[in-house]
Amino acid sequence: MEWFNALLADNRIFTPNTIAFYWEGLVTTTQLVFLSLLVGLVLAVPLAIGRSSRHRWISLPIYVYTYVFRGTPLLIQLYIIYYGVVFFDGIQETFLWPMLREAFYPALIAFTLNTAAYTTEIFRGAIKATSRGEIEAARAYGMSPGLTMRRIILPSAFRRALPAYGNEVIFMLHASAIASVVTLMDLTGAARFVYARFYAPFEAFLFAAAIYLCLTFAILFFFRWLEKRLLAHLRPQSG
Amino acid sequence: MADTPIPLEVRNIKKRFGDTEVLKGLSLQARKGDVITLIGASGSGKSTFLRCMNLLEQPDDGDLIVHGEAVQFKQTRHGREPADWKQVVRMRAKLSMVFQSFNLWAHMTLLENVIEAPIHVLGKPKKEAIEQGRALLERVGLTARADAYPAQMSGGQQQRGAIARALAMDPEVMLFDEPTSALDPELVGEVLKVMHGLADEGRTMVVVTHEMGFARDVSSQVIYLHQGLAEEAGPPQDVLVNPTSPRLKQFLAPKY
Amino acid sequence: MLDLHGYGPRLLEGAGVTIQLALLSLILSIILGLLTASAKMSRSWLLHKVATLYTTVIRGVPDLVLMMLLFFGGQMALNVLTDMIYDRFGVDWYVNLNAFAAGVITIGFIFGAYMGETFRGAFMAVDHGQIEAGKAYGMSPWLVFRRIRFPLMMRHALPGLSNNWMVLLKTTALVSVIGLTDMVRVAAEASRATHEPFTFLLPVAAVYLLIASLSEWLFVRLQKRYNVGFGEH
Repeated sequence: MEWFNALLADNRIFTPNTIAFYWEGLVTTTQLVFLSLLVGLVLAVPLAIGRSSRHRWISLPIYVYTYVFRGTPLLIQLYIIYYGVVFFDGIQETFLWPMLREAFYPALIAFTLNTAAYTTEIFRGAIKATSRGEIEAARAYGMSPGLTMRRIILPSAFRRALPAYGNEVIFMLHASAIASVVTLMDLTGAARFVYARFYAPFEAFLFAAAIYLCLTFAILFFFRWLEKRLLAHLRPQSG
Repeated sequence: MADTPIPLEVRNIKKRFGDTEVLKGLSLQARKGDVITLIGASGSGKSTFLRCMNLLEQPDDGDLIVHGEAVQFKQTRHGREPADWKQVVRMRAKLSMVFQSFNLWAHMTLLENVIEAPIHVLGKPKKEAIEQGRALLERVGLTARADAYPAQMSGGQQQRGAIARALAMDPEVMLFDEPTSALDPELVGEVLKVMHGLADEGRTMVVVTHEMGFARDVSSQVIYLHQGLAEEAGPPQDVLVNPTSPRLKQFLAPKY
Repeated sequence: MLDLHGYGPRLLEGAGVTIQLALLSLILSIILGLLTASAKMSRSWLLHKVATLYTTVIRGVPDLVLMMLLFFGGQMALNVLTDMIYDRFGVDWYVNLNAFAAGVITIGFIFGAYMGETFRGAFMAVDHGQIEAGKAYGMSPWLVFRRIRFPLMMRHALPGLSNNWMVLLKTTALVSVIGLTDMVRVAAEASRATHEPFTFLLPVAAVYLLIASLSEWLFVRLQKRYNVGFGEH
């Protein structure tokens, strides 16, 4: 502990003040990523089912949505929502305006729409990969299409989607760094502030990078643990 | 005749993988026109022995003499290795191998497979290589498949193509590593026929095989391997018709 | 017709910057990726560790943070170096880190790590027997690499390569943050100045979509070419 205190006393950058700054940034980043992932996930399930539909007027609009959001940079999506939200007629009179005026909510909307698009495609792939035999078996036992989707297709699709979804979570964590571009004080925003204040690029960004690295590993290990638990039935039995 | 160097001679080859010694001192001498077949149960070391002959496996001990030139070895921290890889490359160009799983290059057509090494290793002019390649394909009965890719051919066709590829190197010695083991039974015949023809025209060959009929008909020498040692060796009349060791007798006994 | 308030030529210039940046970073990332994959597969313990550290750290940290670290940090390192040269030798030599070069280097450096993983997986997927056949016919290691290992590897690497390129293309938008005038920066600037964000941002988004769709089409064709001889895949 003594060396740590000495280190803190010795350097001019990592004062309790700046540490608190990074901490707030970390909280903002976590909120932003967690909320957008949560809402994105909830949106993605019906969207993925619709995307797998045989009716083109259901699947096509969803395809256009995912194609556009996956094919353009998140930064542009963020700019469009951040700068564009003002132009919706009457929005300034609604109760939403005080929220939307802040950078946090436009960022949250952009991130949510973005991750929902990627997650939709991940789930669609997993739904498509369900074996025909399992579906036929469900039909043969008199399950309705809705019941088959709910009891047979989705549970196995979710498990199959797990590794890809884990990557998407890490991707979202990293993508959230651009929130700092629209003046949000997330983890990267804190690093940029510290850099500007002390003109110390290595210290400021390496510290943030180390935190991101730790978060990435935490997510990685969480998903590995989850896979081990949920995908146990797919592993060949030993002995 | 006495002046011509022996195409391939190996002496006292030893090889271990971890704790198991798979070759416990094996020797062999292939004179011009010899057809030597290596037989034995799986795990007897016959394929490893063959792969040591062109250094796809590094023998831990023993000598390797190709066309009178002894391969130089040195000791490194990874074990015994050839001292001069250029020498190895030169020596491999004189021995061409036919593999159990054909190993035709999947991104090249059959003809491209056949001319690849002659052009890039031997430095043959392209036109000449193509001419020779077409002649060889005709010889193995694959003229019509010259522009086909390996994935589009049957196993038997692929193996005949691989033999044409080996012949294109004008090798001193041809090494065959169980050339018919990966084939469906009805395709074995066409490959054996080509190999018969090669033996008849006096090619020097070392063949690892399970085909006892082939071994009996064309070999000048048969070597029976058991647990990394040559248990019996000699002309096929002795080894295959009148075996002395009980193990070989059992090995040769009809299974049905 | 779209009224771009005189920003048209600058937007076009910005699009040119984006495309050049993306292509040059792609080339750099492929070179770095091949080196990384070779290092990871090499016998050398040190090379292996260095390559693993590189791919792990790069893939664990946001692009933007790495970009700012390398750009601002790089500028500072350059300043320290030029100061030192001034002190020692009295040569007054000042270098401003060129934003375009910095962009190419950082994006190339970041995606080199992803390419490294793609190439490593692809190299490992190559059938070992076909490489042995090359060796057995007296090919030198370089010849085996050039004529057999590399072309076979490419077939396995193409899907990953295509994916990396799509992500790389979108990542180029981030260089606007470190001060490079690409089309995103021009559009954002124009949006703020004219209060017409959709006029500028939507066309830029469309350009990205266009490039992405074009590349997709191109990769499908390339895939067909490299898949020649692999049966009906």
